[in-house]
Amino acid sequence: MKALRYHRKPVKYAASRLASSLRTGSGAAYGPLDLSEPKELALPSAEWVRVRPQLSGICGSDLATVEGRSSRWFEPIVSFPFVPGHEIMALDSNDRRVVIEPALGCVSRGITPPCHWCASGNLGRCERITFGCLRPGLQSGFCADTGGGWATEMVAHPSQLHAVPDELSDLDAVMIEPAACGIHAAMSAGSLDGAVVAVIGAGTLGVLTVSALSTWNRPAHLIVGAKYPEQIRAARAGGATEVVETNGLLRAVRRTVGCLAVGDGDLERLAGGADVVFDCVGSGASIDNALRMTRPGGRIVLVGMAGPTNIDLTPLWHREVALAGAYAYGTEPFLNGRRTFDAAIELAGTAQLGRLVSATYPLERYTEALDHAANAGKRGAIKVAFDLRAQPKRTTLTKEPSA
Amino acid sequence: MSAPKRAPRPGFVLDVDRSTPPTLMWHGEGFRLEKFPVGTRVIYAPEPVNPLVDPRGAIRHALANPVGDSQPLASLLFSGMKLTIAFDDISLPLPPMERPDIRQMIIEEVLDQAATAGVDDVELIAALALHRRMTEAELRHAVGDRVYDAFAPSGRLYNHDAEDPDGMVFLGETKHGEKVQFSKRAAESDLLVYVNINLVAMNGGWKSTATGLAGYQGIRHHHNPDTLRASKSIMDKDNSKFHDINWRMGTVIREAGVKIFQIESTINNDAFPSSMNFLQKREWEWNARDRASFVALSKTLDRVPSRTKRGIFHATKAPHKMTSVQAGEVEAVHELTIAQVHKQQLVRVEGQTDILTMGLPYIGPYNVNSIMNPVLVMCLGLGYFFNLYRKKPLVREGGVLIMSHPTPWEFHPVHHPSYIDFFEQVLADTTDPSTMEAKYEKQYAEDEWYRHLYRTSYAYHGVHPFYMWYWGSHALEHLGKVIIVGGDPKSVRRLGFTPASTMRDALEMASDVVGRDPSITHLHNPPIFMCEVD
Repeated sequence: MKALRYHRKPVKYAASRLASSLRTGSGAAYGPLDLSEPKELALPSAEWVRVRPQLSGICGSDLATVEGRSSRWFEPIVSFPFVPGHEIMALDSNDRRVVIEPALGCVSRGITPPCHWCASGNLGRCERITFGCLRPGLQSGFCADTGGGWATEMVAHPSQLHAVPDELSDLDAVMIEPAACGIHAAMSAGSLDGAVVAVIGAGTLGVLTVSALSTWNRPAHLIVGAKYPEQIRAARAGGATEVVETNGLLRAVRRTVGCLAVGDGDLERLAGGADVVFDCVGSGASIDNALRMTRPGGRIVLVGMAGPTNIDLTPLWHREVALAGAYAYGTEPFLNGRRTFDAAIELAGTAQLGRLVSATYPLERYTEALDHAANAGKRGAIKVAFDLRAQPKRTTLTKEPSA
Repeated sequence: MSAPKRAPRPGFVLDVDRSTPPTLMWHGEGFRLEKFPVGTRVIYAPEPVNPLVDPRGAIRHALANPVGDSQPLASLLFSGMKLTIAFDDISLPLPPMERPDIRQMIIEEVLDQAATAGVDDVELIAALALHRRMTEAELRHAVGDRVYDAFAPSGRLYNHDAEDPDGMVFLGETKHGEKVQFSKRAAESDLLVYVNINLVAMNGGWKSTATGLAGYQGIRHHHNPDTLRASKSIMDKDNSKFHDINWRMGTVIREAGVKIFQIESTINNDAFPSSMNFLQKREWEWNARDRASFVALSKTLDRVPSRTKRGIFHATKAPHKMTSVQAGEVEAVHELTIAQVHKQQLVRVEGQTDILTMGLPYIGPYNVNSIMNPVLVMCLGLGYFFNLYRKKPLVREGGVLIMSHPTPWEFHPVHHPSYIDFFEQVLADTTDPSTMEAKYEKQYAEDEWYRHLYRTSYAYHGVHPFYMWYWGSHALEHLGKVIIVGGDPKSVRRLGFTPASTMRDALEMASDVVGRDPSITHLHNPPIFMCEVD
């Protein structure tokens, strides 16, 4: 088996951080990630099975790791060396296509009775991600015992496997896991009927959040701030009412709401604002921006993975704005308790999410792949993935025209 | 400038031949020298007509000898009366004139007569309609320090506020159902004196008060695509639906009992100071000093940032001089005014052209001391310069308009906040005036923030960018293509126009619409003039 493995090597980690600070996307070449042929993983318990990843996406959290920018929060809840990759379409032992729900909750860890979160189907909130029959790991792709999608083989608990309907393409299928994240975020805000909603960022998570909102929780007005032309096209195709350039989002929210603003023509912040803002970037600047455009008593949903940052939270206090994270998936009360992954499978088909996969690479070209993913917006891409099928040559996919 | 020794020459139509020197074109805060194809017509403005030798004396004479059904001003003034003096705002004249401003001279004379009559209750209003408020410096420039210091500190000199719910009244409706909204103070006065500077034929008449002292509820009846498409041209009152409606509103104002004493003045087109004298001349008549001035200014402008360029030009004051002043009943006064405007500006031109070219300068009515944003570029070219005609447009129907302007994606955030949204939201969706009117106008007109900035800051009203776009409705309908030379391509495309790097490229692009051997006419404007096209 071939695998990209991430090791605990502080010096290399620092080198990747330095390299990425000089040029985004260059961290992988200097960091503790290597391509090797490790021995086959042991099955953590008799229930576990082997699967062969076929397509595996590169996520923002993966990039944060290989670029040396991940939060130290994760240190105790991952185990080394791990194989990254948690957006996975794989083949099981019967060559049946499956997608993997990577959260490692009580069931996959063999913990009984499960914690109350796992019992209610909210695996993303599991309180025991460092216990049980597995070494620490919040998800497959961050756990030394499970492997991850950036390898030709990994192990998975049957509860993690979801059959891929025949009508979905492989590319649609690899988008199911990130789609589930977008759905979970979109449903977490409760009913948005009549609301004005802003989405900051139109990378993969932003576009999928928009698609989920458009499909199940459509607000009165859905405004998206996007940075690059391809993102703008994707957000429009996803169902946004209005897509503006990122630096025009504050102004777009104001004119939609019709509220007053602080600033003499130039906008400093809004007096009112959007009912709900989905921050799909997760940087200090984006959170600050969200705080300036959310109405008093409104809600900010942090969809993008945030790291250490320095933000003035005075408006959070002063305007009684709620700031909530949206991590992973589970079951969705807003969808009558439906499993997020089931909804994601549906969305992958109806929205033809495979169109968001802009390029694929073989594992051997991982530095190029990660560079491409880290600069996806600039290079006109949305999702970049590893293609582990028998196609070692990189394929640049033809994008479908936006709606 | 002293009175010229010889009679001013009328406008001139040059046929370009091989010996014709390059033609100077305005290009925002800069210039271009273009070598037009042989056979191109270049239309030059008439030279500045001789000014009045004694403008203050002429003002006194006009006030004492009104035209139409009006008594002399002095006999209309009496102790205990309520007198309101309204005057044209910052949009006139262009460029702003050297001190003393004509408004100052007229207002001082009116106030002197009011004081003589013992009138105490006097208020002065900048009749800006939905334009931005004038700053203290701008008001001082318009009315003079003496008037400003006497009235402004006590709140008796102020900007019109069309959004003041307590300051506006409805005077009635025209026979066509158009609501006439008006300044309450002006309506309740015993006499409203209006002080006008007539730069172009569109200004003055009932437009002064019916528009200048109105609000959105009244103005929307004539500032709309249908009206402006049917105004051919807006510079020709007798063929302008826009003016028809203003005149109908004037009837309502008069019948509501508002007594108006209209004072209109005209200026010559001596628009640039002696240091920029080359702008007033025909290129083959440039002398060594003109050439040196042109080179020095051009080189300076090439080396400085936009902000500095703007500073240089907006600090320039025009040596405009008064050529006439007339007072009395609105319509009678305006007839005389229009005759004077035509005397200065009218150039007779034989036949239309396939391609009309024009260089757009740094200034228009709505960016004095401000930025000429892309919406204003459109308005200046398609709204104003295109409409500077009588009888027929200079360019034939389906022809091409080529404008030269940098068209930067840049806005003055204080003066034009709603323009930014208009550009980002409305023009990203549609450039069709009627579509945007139906879909977006109300939202912008009633936006609370724009209203707040209009009333308390120095912002144009939220609806104003729509009006700028509507101003070009006739041209948009008439033209086959619009090309902007040297403009920011992104901005130009957002306007719905075609960008070109050079005039040669633009002419090549135009040939797709008008064929390979088109007639070309260049409007060498400003100084401002208008064409009578036979």
